[in-house]
Amino acid sequence: MTELSKTQAAVGEPTATSPAPTAFLEVRDLKVHFPTDDGLVKSVDGLSFQLERGKTLGIVGESGSGKSVTSLGIMGLHTAGQYGKRKAQISGEIWLDGTELLSADPDHVRKLRGREMAMIFQDPLSALHPYYTIGQQIVEAYRIHHDVDKKTARRRAVEMLDRVGIPQPDKRVDNYPHEFSGGMRQRAMIAMSLVNNPELLIADEPTTALDVTVQAQILDLIRDLQKEFGSAVIVITHDLGVVAELADDILVMYGGRCVERGPAEKVFYEPRHPYTWGLLGSMPRLDRDQQERLIPVKGSPPSLINVPSGCAFNPRCPYADVPKDDVTRTVRPELAEVGSRHWAACHMTKEQRERIWTEEIAPKL
Amino acid sequence: MTAGPGRPPGPAVRGGPLAVLAYLMRRLFAAAVMLVVIIMVVFSIFFLIPKWAGVDVALSFVGKQADPAAVEAVRVKLGLGDPVYVQVWEFFKGIFAGRTYAAGGDVTHCSAPCFGYSFRSEQAIWPVLTDRFPVTLGLALGAAVLWLIFGLAAGVLSALKRGSLWDRGAMIVALAGVSLPIYFTGLLSLAIFSYGLGWLDAQYVPLEDSFTGWIGGMILPWVTLAFLYAAMYARITRATMLEILGEDYIRTARAKGLREPVVIRKHAMRSTMTPILTMLGMDLGALIGGAILTETTFSLPGLGQAVLHAIKNQDLPIILGVTLITSLAVLIANLVVDVLYAVIDPRVRLS
Amino acid sequence: MTTQRTSGRRKQAMAAAAVVAALLTTAACGGGDGEKGGSKNGAAGFDAANNKVAQASLAKKGGTLKFAGAQDADSWDTTRGYYGFMWNFARYYSRQLVTNKTEPGKTGAELTPDLATGLAKISDDGKTYTYTLRDGITWEDGQPITSKDIKYGIERVWAQDVLSGGPTYLRDVLDPEGEYPGPYKDKSKDKLGLKAIETPDDKTIVFKLPKANSDFEEMLALISASPVRQDKDTKSKYALRPFSSGPYKFHSYNPGKDLTLVRNTEWKQSSDPIRKAYPDKITIKFFSNANDMDARLIAGDYDLDINQTGMSPQGRTSALKQHKENLDNPVSGYIRYAALAQNVKPFDNIHCRKAVLYGADHVSLQTARGGPVAGGEIGTNMLPPSVPGAEGQKYDPYEMAGANKKGNVAKAKEELKACGKPNGFKTTIAVRNNKPVEVATAESLQASLKKVGIDVEIDQYDGAQNSSVIGSPSNVKKKGYGIIIMGWGPDFPSVQGYGWPLWHSKAILESANNNYALIKDKTIDGLFDQYVNTLDEAGKTKIATEINHKVMEGAYYLPFVFERFLNWRSDRLANVYTTDAYSGQYDFVNLGLKSTK
Repeated sequence: MTELSKTQAAVGEPTATSPAPTAFLEVRDLKVHFPTDDGLVKSVDGLSFQLERGKTLGIVGESGSGKSVTSLGIMGLHTAGQYGKRKAQISGEIWLDGTELLSADPDHVRKLRGREMAMIFQDPLSALHPYYTIGQQIVEAYRIHHDVDKKTARRRAVEMLDRVGIPQPDKRVDNYPHEFSGGMRQRAMIAMSLVNNPELLIADEPTTALDVTVQAQILDLIRDLQKEFGSAVIVITHDLGVVAELADDILVMYGGRCVERGPAEKVFYEPRHPYTWGLLGSMPRLDRDQQERLIPVKGSPPSLINVPSGCAFNPRCPYADVPKDDVTRTVRPELAEVGSRHWAACHMTKEQRERIWTEEIAPKL
Repeated sequence: MTAGPGRPPGPAVRGGPLAVLAYLMRRLFAAAVMLVVIIMVVFSIFFLIPKWAGVDVALSFVGKQADPAAVEAVRVKLGLGDPVYVQVWEFFKGIFAGRTYAAGGDVTHCSAPCFGYSFRSEQAIWPVLTDRFPVTLGLALGAAVLWLIFGLAAGVLSALKRGSLWDRGAMIVALAGVSLPIYFTGLLSLAIFSYGLGWLDAQYVPLEDSFTGWIGGMILPWVTLAFLYAAMYARITRATMLEILGEDYIRTARAKGLREPVVIRKHAMRSTMTPILTMLGMDLGALIGGAILTETTFSLPGLGQAVLHAIKNQDLPIILGVTLITSLAVLIANLVVDVLYAVIDPRVRLS
Repeated sequence: MTTQRTSGRRKQAMAAAAVVAALLTTAACGGGDGEKGGSKNGAAGFDAANNKVAQASLAKKGGTLKFAGAQDADSWDTTRGYYGFMWNFARYYSRQLVTNKTEPGKTGAELTPDLATGLAKISDDGKTYTYTLRDGITWEDGQPITSKDIKYGIERVWAQDVLSGGPTYLRDVLDPEGEYPGPYKDKSKDKLGLKAIETPDDKTIVFKLPKANSDFEEMLALISASPVRQDKDTKSKYALRPFSSGPYKFHSYNPGKDLTLVRNTEWKQSSDPIRKAYPDKITIKFFSNANDMDARLIAGDYDLDINQTGMSPQGRTSALKQHKENLDNPVSGYIRYAALAQNVKPFDNIHCRKAVLYGADHVSLQTARGGPVAGGEIGTNMLPPSVPGAEGQKYDPYEMAGANKKGNVAKAKEELKACGKPNGFKTTIAVRNNKPVEVATAESLQASLKKVGIDVEIDQYDGAQNSSVIGSPSNVKKKGYGIIIMGWGPDFPSVQGYGWPLWHSKAILESANNNYALIKDKTIDGLFDQYVNTLDEAGKTKIATEINHKVMEGAYYLPFVFERFLNWRSDRLANVYTTDAYSGQYDFVNLGLKSTK
């Protein structure tokens, strides 16, 4: 535990100049870097966003874009239990309900984990302990934060299982994870996350491991539960389709940075970044046939050690040469407002992008 | 080691008491069949190979002026002339019904359970085994307790402090422990602690004679043997622990807000124990068959020493008896491990 | 004493042992503070008990005499034991008509009456031996020992099918045709059907030999001539609990673990002219680690090594450095040698055999055996120094300890030419794989013979199987074992007790053969015949010398050393001496302790 406080010291106190935010969750200039033998991996490199209670933020990006690292950063899981390995270097500010988490006492953050903020992981099979029953794991999650006896906690677990739609919850509560189907497992995982009525729920690729029909059910469930509990939700996914119906706001990440952020309908219908276009192009849609619908973004994700200079997306961007003077390859574009509460980071002019979207991209979608 | 938490889930069969019993019966039956096979193989090795090699075992039982009639008589007495299947059959009959050896007017009865009779020391094998078994068992169990405590502790600490001075030091010591032979560490510990400093007498005293004497005589053998195994266990524990700490469910446990010590104890250790348990079962099984080097080095009158003497004296019945005990111990240990496995890992329900 | 099966001194991990030895010599010895050196409480001094009695007057009655051993006896049954130390130890619990004198060195090899009132009255033809028994001789239950018990005990030798393992001299001499079936198949009611022994009354026993044998009384001194009482004969299980006729009886015995003797209270000192019976209790503890055992001897936990085969190399190093006064360096009575098998060409030719004798580097062989102290003097002939008629290094026909001691290449080449193999030849050495010292001698021999053009391959065979591997002449021929490395000691100190199985043509057997050279020499056979008919000691000695000369002239053997051991004796021991009766071992039966604590 002493190591944790050391890390903490390295991160530093939030600057006195930055005022406490008014939003429920506010992330400011979050940087998460991992030192390795090959160099510094800049997994998240200056990310900022806000989220209010009752709202849903979708963070979208390819694998390696830094979206999972962001969520683990908010949860404080980069520093907890990192044994002997070179520690992650985290800077910036994460404000949750008026508390800055990076500078807070690690044990305080631990107490927030599971109670104030909870997380649903991608693969419920590996995320649940194989040797304990679902009930035991939910009961444990509950009793960490509630001083109740096992019976009460078990009742609560059954109640939660029932709530997430698991049939015969009083029986299933004694089953082991491997005795559940994939969808049921994710429901159980959700039940475990919500057992303490967290105000912030982070769902990291909650449906990736599931088949399509189950995916929809789980997404419906998350939406319903959010309405019921009034929590703030972050859904992390590589699949824009997942957040299409769920998210109020969408944040598109590329190479550890935000490239576009805005209300969902804006990002979907007026996207202003070529990478977002690519993502939309690769989004499966039920009204298209198999062949046509997948237009993946060409090229591979950028190295996080040697991030391309200029715009990180420039090696893959078909429009990299649209702005003059090779600016895409030399100058890193900053987020700029492109509409109401809508930002994008691109060197192309607003007009250029509007034109390309309406003339070249949108018709193909 | 592959049987860790990474194992894909098998078909789940929830076992009631009856299923457990049936499972056990099945396993026991398989073990019995295995034993029979082992006995036959051992018989073949001990009786056929000398024949092929042109070695006459009976000759070593007579004096230096070997009288052919005496050699023949010994051969008959030892049953060396009978076909292997007859010998195996006689052997089995002996276990349940006892056996009578008759030769030249001398009748020797070996009462059930008769695991053979040594004409070298004129003893039935079973009492020899039961006399020596507790020594070996005490050695194996005592050492196991030590190596589990120290091996696991060192392994877990190393894993949690990976890359630290402690970790490197412990792993160097462990490497030494794994590579140094027992007759070296054993002789060294004797030279230092027994002959040199005189702290320990290091001579075996039966438990029934004196408890403190027994402990005093066993400490060095325990420590020497445990050193070897603790080193192995520390390495395996460290590696497994590191692997487990990277598992998703450990992250989940932390995400719940569990304290780190609880994460380690309740979540990581339990998974780490699975491969350790497998190893423990196999190691104990093998050791119970006789820790030959340790027993020889410390002159402990256990099964290992008996079998070494027997090999030197060509005392086949003892070798056979000890081999059987070893096989039995390994089989039982396997069985226990399998059952414990199912207890620890719900995915390996009795199927 | 047959080929030495007592060993256990295997060198598992010489390297490890060397490190430990270094530690031992530096760490182990804190106790050498001035109290040593022939004092009342200390050790008697180096070689103080070799062929002389050390500290006889310091022996007190009582105490526990503690033996340690790396190897249990082959059998404690008086009929079945063949190991030298077993015969030595068996005098504690068994008595014979006659036995060896309890005196040091050569005198110890002489006979003296034990159960009998005197040595045998021998008829003029040397075929009838008559003894009268003493009064007051008893078994451990107080019953008197009778002539019938002695006869029965000897008859047991005939029951080789049940009681295998022991020497069979008595049977071979008393019943050469093998007519008597042994006591267990004896049809007569009292089971005393052996005609060659008569027991006219309980006090008289008469032996009638079909043919004279001048060593017969030596054979009666063997432990296998001990009395056994019929109602106490448990046959094969007698080994676990022999019924005592001596001053001690079995208290407990766990084969391979330990043995304890306690006083036989029925034994009367007045009935026994030889046994002093000093200690109250005698224990043997068996070790599986010879190094551990030696360390404990040095530490004073035990008094002496029951096996009497010398200390292990590291124990020896440590003891020589720090506790020389506790050591004796006796001649063991063993000769270590190579036999040249005549059925393997070209060793059928005496010149090729001589080439080996001349070509060998005797100093190097001696070094391989352990050097002059731990190994022994260079062997120059085949009669052990403890046997009457032996001349030691004075008889050195091939100048092995003289001019040719480093090997004589020129002479060897001459012999090769005479043999018709001027360019040398190829052959194989057979050596036991469980005797590192023998393997070392084989390597030494290989190196020196290479210089004369004899190309030698070394075959290490399973040492436990020697009676079927090298004991089978046909196997020797098949494998081409021209050179066989072995060792031999006398069963009783006479040329017959040593050399008959090695050199007599009748000793050649199809299996368990010991006449590896396959000597079929009418002169030698004739000399043995002459020997058994010669009753006077001087005559016997002369023939023994002659036999030895004949054997050496035939160049059948390449002797390495007249073996010596370094044996440990604790500070506590008194009345210690080595005896030729048991090949340089300490005479166990009269060992005493200086302190009874």
